Amino acid sequence: MTLAELQTGQFAEAHELQPGQFGAGFTTRLQAIGVVPGKPIQVLQKAWLGGPLQVRVGSTTEIAIRRHEAALITVNLVNEADFVGAVS
Amino acid sequence: MSAHCHTGSKSVKPTASTATSRRVAVIGQPNNGKSTFFNRITNAGAGVANWPGLTVDLCQATVQLDHHPVEFVDLPGIYDLNGYSDDEKVVQQFLETTQIDLVLVMLNASQIDRQIRTPLQVEALGLPAVVILNMADEAKQFGIEINAQELSTRLGMPIFLISAKYGTGCAKAIAGIAHALDDQPNTYQVTDISASLAQNPVTDARIKSLLHGAVRMPSPLMITLTNKIDRVMLHPVFGLPLFFLSMFAVFWLIWTVGIPTADPVNAATAWLQNKIVDPLIAPLPEVVKDFLINGVWNGITSVASFLPLIGIFFMIMAALEDSGYLSRAAYLMDAFMARVGLDGRAFVMQLMGFGCNVPAIMGTRVMRSRAMRLLSMLVIPFALCSARLQVFVFILAAVLPGPQGAIALFLLYLLSFAVAFLLAAIMSRSSKIFKSTEPFVLEIPPYRLPTIKHVLLRAWGEMKSFAHRASTFIVLGTILTWLLTNLPPGAEGLDTFAGKLGGAFSPIMEPIGINPFLTVSLIFGFIAKEVQIGALAVVYGLGTNALGVKIGETLSFAQAFSYCVFSLLYVPCLTTVATIFGESRSGKFTAFSVALSMTVAWVASFIFYQSARLLGFQ
Repeated sequence: MTLAELQTGQFAEAHELQPGQFGAGFTTRLQAIGVVPGKPIQVLQKAWLGGPLQVRVGSTTEIAIRRHEAALITVNLVNEADFVGAVS
Repeated sequence: MSAHCHTGSKSVKPTASTATSRRVAVIGQPNNGKSTFFNRITNAGAGVANWPGLTVDLCQATVQLDHHPVEFVDLPGIYDLNGYSDDEKVVQQFLETTQIDLVLVMLNASQIDRQIRTPLQVEALGLPAVVILNMADEAKQFGIEINAQELSTRLGMPIFLISAKYGTGCAKAIAGIAHALDDQPNTYQVTDISASLAQNPVTDARIKSLLHGAVRMPSPLMITLTNKIDRVMLHPVFGLPLFFLSMFAVFWLIWTVGIPTADPVNAATAWLQNKIVDPLIAPLPEVVKDFLINGVWNGITSVASFLPLIGIFFMIMAALEDSGYLSRAAYLMDAFMARVGLDGRAFVMQLMGFGCNVPAIMGTRVMRSRAMRLLSMLVIPFALCSARLQVFVFILAAVLPGPQGAIALFLLYLLSFAVAFLLAAIMSRSSKIFKSTEPFVLEIPPYRLPTIKHVLLRAWGEMKSFAHRASTFIVLGTILTWLLTNLPPGAEGLDTFAGKLGGAFSPIMEPIGINPFLTVSLIFGFIAKEVQIGALAVVYGLGTNALGVKIGETLSFAQAFSYCVFSLLYVPCLTTVATIFGESRSGKFTAFSVALSMTVAWVASFIFYQSARLLGFQ
């Protein structure tokens, strides 16, 4: 599934990034923000009127990302018990 | 622990440093508190300098470390050395054309899990570096554990944990920088950044081996105070109304605190004129005295009376930005902004434009897409800036005193937003030039309490830049006003060059209810808004108090409001136009922007004035 389809309260890991129509600049920016394969990812809020999502990447980075862009990030659902930090 | 460079890169050339001062480049991601630490090192004594080949000025200062001069250069905050944004290109260009002795990498300690990429990229370039982990206080609150010693050993770079905001650890870090410089006498020159980064890519495996056991991040399930507040502030239904409420509070603050600040300044300059300037110039001939007082002195005092308002606005914006609320504003407004072809950040820039258009235009640099940058720059001039506010306060106080005037002013603010976003919607749909395909990914930082010191420092810096940029035009404007309104010699009112110029425009200005006197003020309002009312006073031949009475007597409500609508939309000041040209680097675009504004202003005033007349207002 994609990040755009993730519901608030579900836990997932980032899987793959597609550049879509935005090109390499988009995936580079996402990696710098911390969206890399295996990174814990969850949706905290969804804005009104089809607006952007508030997404937590890892444990201390939060971003606003439009739904169209979020659809380019595929994620895998994980159990809450397995939802630990990337490093410990 | 001495800094030594990674030997994998072939494209960096170390040579023995023969220059008298060493050079340290400071890089890091945006919002890492880089400039706070930079101010600490340089004791806020940094100035901006232009570097050859770069399109922006960089902050730099030379400091004595261990009795050696060291030049620190603050590079723009960037996410990736391989990136595509304007700021990232500036950093790449700087690194490829300048000799550097050391790189200072500023990281946010709370986000070390992802920001560790930056020092690894610097390492891939073969440059020696010192890593500063800033916001150590925040990291502690999050429960992050960092074994700096172990991490430093694994990375091969000195690491210092600091809090630039509160000063903890800074002295040790600065000593560490001095030590690192002493340890390696070479200077470096990177030749090809993309090649170096392609040869030594930052791998997830490397990051994992670096951090495992040395850094402990908290659980992704944690709920912070910021999250609790955001459940309200970013609530899908309540978030937006709360935001509008807070914006209203800001404007109310500016109305009650900001506008009255002109009064003490005017009193002070009046006193100065009485006690010092007048006696000083008394022996000079009348014409010269008139020129000095009504020309030059007028220009200086009009800038002075206006600075406190702008200062307050910059302080409010700095506090909002430091608190993290502006990113949330961008998140809340993005749904609407996307529909008009812009994004959430463009809304924040528009807000900035209400203080002064110039820094707002410059703020569009953060947008990577040229189309969105141009569209944003096209609509920012419609923001009701503080200078225009002064014009409206004066006119409305004369024609519509009391609560009715306040309502009229509120309507002008609404008009400003409406025109800006309507135009954005139209332009983004009708021309490829303004159609943007930039992705919207914006970081939302935790809520932070702004420090008074930092807010004041930033506001002061902005005011200095503003005064520097705008004062030339404003003083020039008042001198030009004086010349055109006093020549030919002996002429008065509409017989002067200025009056004749105003009269020449009456065929197009009469249908919108603007008489030749007001037209003259609009001509000079183009040069600088601060001059607009002053020019009106001169062409009527009255002092400002008497002018207020005269306006109240001779202008109908419809004429006055039409004048306000036209003043709001027709064209920003010359400084703004110059900035638009500087940022867009296109004469065609700048000319288009001016032509568009004039047309929109005329059409809007026409619609208002003729409708008002039809409805019986005369």
